[in-house]
Amino acid sequence: MNKLLITVGAVVLLAGGYYFGQSNRPEPTIIKVPEAPKAEFSSEGAAEVAAAGSATASIRSLETPTSGEVIIVKDGESIQEAVKAASPGAVIKVMPGTYKETVYVDKDNITLSGVIEEGNYPVMDGEGVRNDAVLYSGNGFTVENLYITKYKGNAIMGQAGNNYIIRNNIIVDTGVYGIFPQLGKNGIVSHNIISGIEDAAIYVGMSDNVDVVFNEVYGSVAGIEIENSRKALVEGNYVYDNTGGILAFITPGLPIKSCGDVIIRNNFVVNNNHENFAIPGSLVSNIPSGTGVLVMACDDVVVEGNIISGNDSVGITFTDFTLASNAATDPDSDPYPNRPVILNNIMQNNGNNPAPVVRAALAAMMTTTGPDIVDTVGLDDGCILNPERFRTIGLGKYGECDFSTTMNVASYTLPEPVPPRSKEHMETGKLVYYGVCAGCHAYNSRMIGPPTQIIQALYMDNPEGIAAFAANPDKKRPDYPEMPPQGHLDDETLMAAAEYMLKIKK
Amino acid sequence: MMRSFSLALLLILISTLAVAGETVVLREDCPPGFELTRGHCELRTLYQLYESLQSAGVGGLKTGLPEHRDGFSPRETDLGRYLFFDPVLSADGSLSCASCHDPNRGFADGMGRSIGITGAPVKRSAPTLWNVAFLNSFFWDGRAASLEEQMLGRLYDPMEMGNTPEQLLASLNDIPAYRALFAQAFPAEFTNAAADIQLHQIYRALTAFQVSLVSLNSRYDQYAHGYAEALTENEKEGLNIFRSFVARCAECHTPPLFTNQQIAVIGTPEPEGLPFDPGAEVPLNEPTQRGGFKVPSLRNIELTAPYMHSGRFETLRDAAEFYTKGRGHAVPEGEDLMIHWHVWEPNLTDDELDRLVDFMKTLTDESFKPKMPENLPSGLTPAHNTLAVAGDTRIGGGQQ
Repeated sequence: MNKLLITVGAVVLLAGGYYFGQSNRPEPTIIKVPEAPKAEFSSEGAAEVAAAGSATASIRSLETPTSGEVIIVKDGESIQEAVKAASPGAVIKVMPGTYKETVYVDKDNITLSGVIEEGNYPVMDGEGVRNDAVLYSGNGFTVENLYITKYKGNAIMGQAGNNYIIRNNIIVDTGVYGIFPQLGKNGIVSHNIISGIEDAAIYVGMSDNVDVVFNEVYGSVAGIEIENSRKALVEGNYVYDNTGGILAFITPGLPIKSCGDVIIRNNFVVNNNHENFAIPGSLVSNIPSGTGVLVMACDDVVVEGNIISGNDSVGITFTDFTLASNAATDPDSDPYPNRPVILNNIMQNNGNNPAPVVRAALAAMMTTTGPDIVDTVGLDDGCILNPERFRTIGLGKYGECDFSTTMNVASYTLPEPVPPRSKEHMETGKLVYYGVCAGCHAYNSRMIGPPTQIIQALYMDNPEGIAAFAANPDKKRPDYPEMPPQGHLDDETLMAAAEYMLKIKK
Repeated sequence: MMRSFSLALLLILISTLAVAGETVVLREDCPPGFELTRGHCELRTLYQLYESLQSAGVGGLKTGLPEHRDGFSPRETDLGRYLFFDPVLSADGSLSCASCHDPNRGFADGMGRSIGITGAPVKRSAPTLWNVAFLNSFFWDGRAASLEEQMLGRLYDPMEMGNTPEQLLASLNDIPAYRALFAQAFPAEFTNAAADIQLHQIYRALTAFQVSLVSLNSRYDQYAHGYAEALTENEKEGLNIFRSFVARCAECHTPPLFTNQQIAVIGTPEPEGLPFDPGAEVPLNEPTQRGGFKVPSLRNIELTAPYMHSGRFETLRDAAEFYTKGRGHAVPEGEDLMIHWHVWEPNLTDDELDRLVDFMKTLTDESFKPKMPENLPSGLTPAHNTLAVAGDTRIGGGQQ
């Protein structure tokens, strides 16, 4: 490990030394009185949520649609069996008890909701042998009120589900990530209490439009991490006793390369001085203990209104991939954390006992105390309000910000669910006909099955007949093999394909 | 020289015979999976019902695919099929594209390293051509950005098909049947009798055929589209291990294509006796990518043993087991690789490895497998069915 840290140290050292040279002459504090009101904060995300009607909706009004179906799971029963039985729109209520299983949800609009009785939660217990507690890929998924512990992988992991709500869960010691939504758009992660995670307690990976709000995260390597994501609001979280508090990263080598438009606002980022116990080789194994907010390569990050105190190395760090010295370089990822914005934050007591790597860098500047804010790149497109209030390194080229708050953006989530269907609105029937049926049926030539033209003649005005046969075929013609059943397509889809099959002319 | 001379002679003899045979007419309809729209074949799949984040084509079950190539005419596609199977494309008429990309072997060749025209194994294994329409880089080290660019390497590499552009054009233009077929496929460029076959037409037709090789109707796909019974309990368990953050397979072999199309340094061993392959370090000129290779799609992976860039692992289970034997355990002494962070020590059990194999086998679908032409326009005999027997080097990836 220590080779990696030493490498980082050397780089920080160089950068720090350079800027130390520039910022060595303290200037007198100039008292300024605002001359004109500042501009309103604007961003791509702000425009998107405004266009979606966020002004007239209540904040974070996203809900999982329900159908009225309720399934109750009692202690001793299986949550997964309930998921299997559930139809989209079902609410699965899990009574207090202990559930030793992995639950996976590959359906849309499922609500998985614990019932809490006098402080007793339903407990999902991985016993140190199960991989993940909850996996979902369906859209419109809510998971709430669960106590999850002792899984090897993640407590709650999403792959590509949009419109998710993960709230009010207690997650204790579940391995790699506590909450890990990935590759989804429009989600809320709120009011969870998470501790004892060897990577990030809350990890938003390759996502768009996410609010991570009002969570308590502690005793983990990283508290909250926003990675290769856009339009993320991290607000009102209590983040303490982690190795690093709040992170916004580009991880190189991922298929979605950008990170940006992240607001880190009104959080308590305090005493993040935990020893780094990350898995060797992971990116977070490079984080120096005592890191408050760390922005690596992520663009347009706004840090506003946080209380950042008692972090023993550095309060806020902006840096490039030199921190990720154990990952291969990705020529398609821009390494710089462009256009950083540091609005008013309360910073106190940071840098009192820097990690060895930071200490080594500081030694070159003949100091032993870490700064409130460091920019190891020395960006020239950043801005900061009231820089004189803080001990900073590398901010010599930062200008005055032209807006003073992002509070005009209440949320980066969209008030209505993202539509589940593609924008192209391609007919289902057409896609099934060409995408599935055409393996055996061509329009006017014999393939494995009879030509579509012949089927048209046999089933004129009778798509129901085609759909029924396809779901449950029998051997009709001696000169063709029996058709394999297409029951994997539901009735509606089969009807759409049948109707399309009857109307095509070539 | 001898070789090209004898090929030329052979072709003259054969094509004289072929002229007497019946004229081949190229197909007017699109291959399965494609809709004929204004003269072009456009891909149709149920995955077009779905979006994907940032249109990147990676995600979970109901996720749209990455951008793809399509839009070729039925005739271009069908001409590409003839060319693909025709050994006339190689310098001595001994190899066709299908020699290393055999439809009966998952469009690969069942070998650790493919055998080129010299009879010696080449550097790496032949990847499958299923779903190449969705890929944005080609070769194991990702050095080509298009199928057209990729095929130049294969056609003209002296270790592979050994041809030259001049000889390729001369061979095809000497065959009246091909002149007729190219005129059908490219009517706008054959407006007079003197028009010759041109290289760009060859490349376009081969590309058209290759992008028609679509495999998206596996049992996994049925499950993904919502049919829960498509997979057995063991297979579903395998899917959950596959996408779990313990095994982490799905982080790089990401649905729906089961690759995220990135380069990853994972540190797999070479077959015994072979030197370490620096992979993407060379084309990227980037030392941190030493030993990096493209993440391959796992679709139809059951059909394309042996596995990894030079075929070190004979079975899917061996390939899966590699990931649980320790981060960097097979890196040769003296190599200091930037092993990918997702390669860690997941401590998968034997049962979990078995379930992963069960799941990977649900990704098999050959329902759109094209037919081999019954007669080749060159009159040559298809070469790909005989070669694999002679060059079978599955174990250890080619000691010969």
